[in-house]
Amino acid sequence: MKELTVISGKGGTGKTTITAAFAALAQGQVMADGDVDAADLHLILTPRIKKEEEFFGGRAPLMDKDKCDECGICMELCRFEAIRDFIIDPISCEGCGLCMHACPNDAITMEEKFSGHWFISDTRFGPMVHGKLGIAEENSGKLVSLVRQQARLIAEEENKDLIIIDGPPGIGCPVIAAMTGVDLVLAVTEPTLSGIHDLERVLGVAGHFSVPATVCVNKFDINTENTEKIKEYCRERNIEVVGEIPYDPIVTKAMVAGQSITEYDSGVVTDIIKKMWARIETGLGNGFER
Amino acid sequence: MIISISSGKGGTGKTTIGTNLALSLEGVQYVDCDVEEPNGHIFLKPQIEERISVGIPVPQVDKSKCTYCGECAKVCEFNAIVVVKEQVLFFPELCHACGGCSYICPEDAIEEVEREIGVIERGKAGGIEFVHGILNVGEPMAPPLIRTEKKFIDNGKTVIIDSSPGTSCPVVEAVKGSDFCLLVTEPTPFGLNDLRLAVEMVRKLNIPLGVLVNCCDIGDKEVWQYCEYESIPVLMEIPHDRGIAEAYSKGIPLVEEIPEYRSRFQDLYNQIEKRLQEESG
Repeated sequence: MKELTVISGKGGTGKTTITAAFAALAQGQVMADGDVDAADLHLILTPRIKKEEEFFGGRAPLMDKDKCDECGICMELCRFEAIRDFIIDPISCEGCGLCMHACPNDAITMEEKFSGHWFISDTRFGPMVHGKLGIAEENSGKLVSLVRQQARLIAEEENKDLIIIDGPPGIGCPVIAAMTGVDLVLAVTEPTLSGIHDLERVLGVAGHFSVPATVCVNKFDINTENTEKIKEYCRERNIEVVGEIPYDPIVTKAMVAGQSITEYDSGVVTDIIKKMWARIETGLGNGFER
Repeated sequence: MIISISSGKGGTGKTTIGTNLALSLEGVQYVDCDVEEPNGHIFLKPQIEERISVGIPVPQVDKSKCTYCGECAKVCEFNAIVVVKEQVLFFPELCHACGGCSYICPEDAIEEVEREIGVIERGKAGGIEFVHGILNVGEPMAPPLIRTEKKFIDNGKTVIIDSSPGTSCPVVEAVKGSDFCLLVTEPTPFGLNDLRLAVEMVRKLNIPLGVLVNCCDIGDKEVWQYCEYESIPVLMEIPHDRGIAEAYSKGIPLVEEIPEYRSRFQDLYNQIEKRLQEESG
């Protein structure tokens, strides 16, 4: 079984647009949305939810006011400034439980904390696993790992040999959770100084976890000089640039229509993404070199 | 006054708005709290004057004192420390640096040592005080770095905070404590979906908010319908323009490419100030 994760470093470079197109082009895959924070893949794949489960990301303290004698030990020890005036602020609390252990009056207990949902769904392109983290919740990495684990289970059950994961932006814990141990990441970038800066960092993360990487330059014609710089950077590091997509307003139109670009249009963007997918599919079979 | 710039969806223009607002006002401190992918420096080109390493305290076990009782592993909610027979295993990337293990250890065998997770750089970009945090590559946890970075906030100035996209912990850490949150969106289904989430987050933090619609002439009209329904003010609109996109790609600020935008950003600031006065008054 092969796993592919689409990442970007910088947000808004076109991860989900490209993932949705891959969903339409691939055969016999399981889709997984590794962005559980501001997920968008469902807007194109319109999943019909078959199974909905609650996600408990960790524990949170609960204070019994009757037992609290306001000694202040918990406030002194908490490193997250999460207890003020003997009231726990659930947004600042990281759920470490030190306050519970330290309380001389046993006024604090730890309770399982409901932090979101995860779903198994059907789409017109096969099964999809996705999650929704509660607003301002912790542990997005844990939920991403859970989504990936469920996607693997479905792939095993249904004898599918490919999982395509839409990754979150950035380089932090959910990104790491979405890419560790996969067979390939596709980093989608744009030829802007911000895009290049962020690409270098996210490729650094892939290197750090020894995940093979390829690159796609989206809207390459916004700045062809920068596109050349990206290609040069990749060449020096032996990273293959598998696609260069021009800017085209048709991409937004497809999104508004709730379709993947390859379903909506058969123009140049679709053509390039098809070629890119063919290259990735072959590469996944043969194993991309890092 | 502290204005945070945020968005649900990435790539809608947070940094463009944050840096250009900073360039259009006097007495500004720009604090880039997108420590995973900080980009403000590309446009503001600050002279960095100070570089501060930021670490978190993590446990170090003194084997001569440790009896392998396993209390540290039991107290750790993040499974960052595990005791297997006569061995204590520590997984630094899981550690939240809460201090629970060293607090609980009955043998006093755990000492805390600093582990670097990133750096903070401070400097000046013309008249703008500049601060940004840079998370080390491979490091999963941004919030402790953002918390440290925010200690450098100068309340005597107009503070502009740039956040990462999304609605989870790094964004909350960046946005909380600000007086006003400006949410940057684009009028597309992805933009709207993520705007709804961002609005929910900012409301949960009890911070007044407004919306800026970037690339306002692409996509559809649903973002405006949503804002009207939710009584959220749309404070500024910027059209899609290839010239703007090209300048952005080269790291040229919008107000330098098209100077008329300076007064538009000043107007944006005045609207925010007026709203806050109305709210408090």
